[in-house]
Amino acid sequence: MALTPPENPHWWREPLHRMEIGWITIAFLWGLFMFGVMVYWHINGEQNLSNEAYRVNPDVYGEKVEAFAEKYTVRTEGKTEIPVVKPPPGSDIYMLGRLWEWWPILELQKDQTYRLHLSSMDWQHGFSLQPTNINLQVHPKYEMVVTLKPTKSGEFGVVCNEFCGIGHHTMLGKIYVVDK
Amino acid sequence: MIAKEKFRVCPDTGFKVFDTTEKLIKINAVVAVVFLAVGGLFGLLVALTRWPAVHLLPADLFYLVLTAHGADVLLFWIVFFEVAVLYFAGSVLLNVRLAAPRWAWAAFILMLVGAVMANVAVLQGESSVMFTSYVPMRAAPHFYLGLILFAVGALVAMFVFFGTLVIAKEEKTYEGSVPLVTFGAIVAAIIAVYTIASGAIILIPTLLWSLDLVADIDSVMYKLVWWGMGHSSQQINMATQVSIWYCIAAMVLGAKPLSEKVSRGAFLLYIVFLQLASAHHLLVEPGISSEWKVFNTSYALYLAVLGSMIHGMSIPGAVECAQRRRGFNEGMFGWLRKAPWGNPAFSGMALSVVLFGILGGITGVVLGAEQLNIIMHNTLYVPGHFHGTVVAGTTLAFMAITYLVVPLIFRREIIWPKVAQWQPYLFGLGVTGISLFMMGAGTLGVSRRHWDMAFTDAPLNFDVPPAAFLMMGLNGISAVIASIGGIMFILVIVGTILFGKKRGEDACRTNPVILPGGGATVMAAGSEGTLKLPGTIALVSVFFAAFVLYYFVNWKYLSEVWPLS
Repeated sequence: MALTPPENPHWWREPLHRMEIGWITIAFLWGLFMFGVMVYWHINGEQNLSNEAYRVNPDVYGEKVEAFAEKYTVRTEGKTEIPVVKPPPGSDIYMLGRLWEWWPILELQKDQTYRLHLSSMDWQHGFSLQPTNINLQVHPKYEMVVTLKPTKSGEFGVVCNEFCGIGHHTMLGKIYVVDK
Repeated sequence: MIAKEKFRVCPDTGFKVFDTTEKLIKINAVVAVVFLAVGGLFGLLVALTRWPAVHLLPADLFYLVLTAHGADVLLFWIVFFEVAVLYFAGSVLLNVRLAAPRWAWAAFILMLVGAVMANVAVLQGESSVMFTSYVPMRAAPHFYLGLILFAVGALVAMFVFFGTLVIAKEEKTYEGSVPLVTFGAIVAAIIAVYTIASGAIILIPTLLWSLDLVADIDSVMYKLVWWGMGHSSQQINMATQVSIWYCIAAMVLGAKPLSEKVSRGAFLLYIVFLQLASAHHLLVEPGISSEWKVFNTSYALYLAVLGSMIHGMSIPGAVECAQRRRGFNEGMFGWLRKAPWGNPAFSGMALSVVLFGILGGITGVVLGAEQLNIIMHNTLYVPGHFHGTVVAGTTLAFMAITYLVVPLIFRREIIWPKVAQWQPYLFGLGVTGISLFMMGAGTLGVSRRHWDMAFTDAPLNFDVPPAAFLMMGLNGISAVIASIGGIMFILVIVGTILFGKKRGEDACRTNPVILPGGGATVMAAGSEGTLKLPGTIALVSVFFAAFVLYYFVNWKYLSEVWPLS
């Protein structure tokens, strides 16, 4: 069997088939549309992440969270007596991730807005609020601020979904949402 | 010194196969398959541990094995095999000797030493940091060193490939343009260069940090640059696997691309835009603006997705054209029914195209939409998606071409052809289950890289929905099916290489593995032209409808989540 020379060395001059032009156009427009959806959602959608974040020293952040917890603690819970903190609606609320807990437990009011601050004391952690399924990455030295509004009451788990060592699967936090 | 390199002319394809090329293709492919076997076994252990009713390994071993699984299959299996593919696409397809064979051997040894070193580090237990090794979690220094050595070796192999192209050009061993398959391989190698550069840029300081020579590595910056390697290296897979699709279609059916211009243009889109995909891993990260996230995660207006969608039409189109030319003209799908479904090279390729597009491609775009990532980040949806791309897509494509490489390069007849015939289907079925059930569990909020979804040892308690437990059980069963498919592959391939009957000179007539003239089709640059292709139009329409539907379903899910701003 022979090795054939290229059939058409000027392949770049070949005209395109109608079907090809059609599909490329559709795929390109669909890409533009999908890009537009992300922009549209920033304008009219209700689920967007803010760009608000600060550099922070983990120790300083830890002190802030402790001061916050001390001010609004209503009770403690669990074997390790984690404080349950009930801050006023509309306020800045704090949670920290460390090996291996989310601290403190928050108690929020339904349909009220809060500014949630998140940071890590050590390694990276994943803030995974379940079952509503909101997932945020939490870094040490970065303080992220997200405004959120619970729309359902009940008990919500905060799973850590970024691997953080051997105790990773025991790292669990909690957010209660209560009716007014 | 002008030494005449020894070569043989392949009786099946007519290509010149140089001795050194042949040896290097063999050794890289064999080592690749060994890492697939080892990494695949680790993967099975992971799935059996996450199967709640089985929960096989203790936590420390689970995290160790998961780290090894990622490194062995995502990096070592795939890159070793890619080096073999590059040597094939450069040296064999262009009928030229391999440039600097000593460097090629050095590359191989560096890669092997690096891969073994990283495995040793992980198995010693001090480096269970996951494949991504996010700082400030710390692995043993030789874990990073192993990865660096491996990357440097791979980089040397890329330059051996580029050198081979230069020699082919100088010695005029081909006319006109390089074949499309080689073109795709060049694209893969170019992406590999900047991918490996990203890896070096981040892993070298991380190595120094693990030795306490560097004080601090910023964790967001680490992720940005690390994923410049981690995600872009998946685009090396993309380019390689698309080349393999074209190669198998050409060899088995004599299929030519519908249009060289379109297919090559689509490959070029990969080079320009794929590296932006690092952003896919930073969508819910602090300290990065939404503008940056939206632009980069869309690969600049989805132009790289456009490239894949073009190949998604071009491959079935080329197959339909070739089949109709061979006389299978009946109705809309007669060409598809009469395709060689009993040939594992073809069936593996076809499954790879379909599963990659639907399980991997669509879900990847959804996962990479900035706001949709909020409901998926770090859940099992993520591994569900990339088992669709890397396992159903890349691994299946690599397995498929192995069924051609073994008779053509190793010159052995496949033992147990019946087992080979069923293997792609069984593996494809298993991987489809893995991908779908992990995505299902992820949608229900189950975390990836997590030993205990029941939270038995946690000080607080949280109940995952019962459906998620069912999903993880089904995922375990699927992993068992995929493993059986994987074991069948390894047995057939290793058995054939060791014990297969030698393939004779006249086997191309008595027992053809490729269509007569198929080899020439791979070699030639030429387009199929403009036949009517109703079947392909129907197939891409179904794909597109599924894409649009699934895309909107996910925005609907997102809209039900607590408002965030």
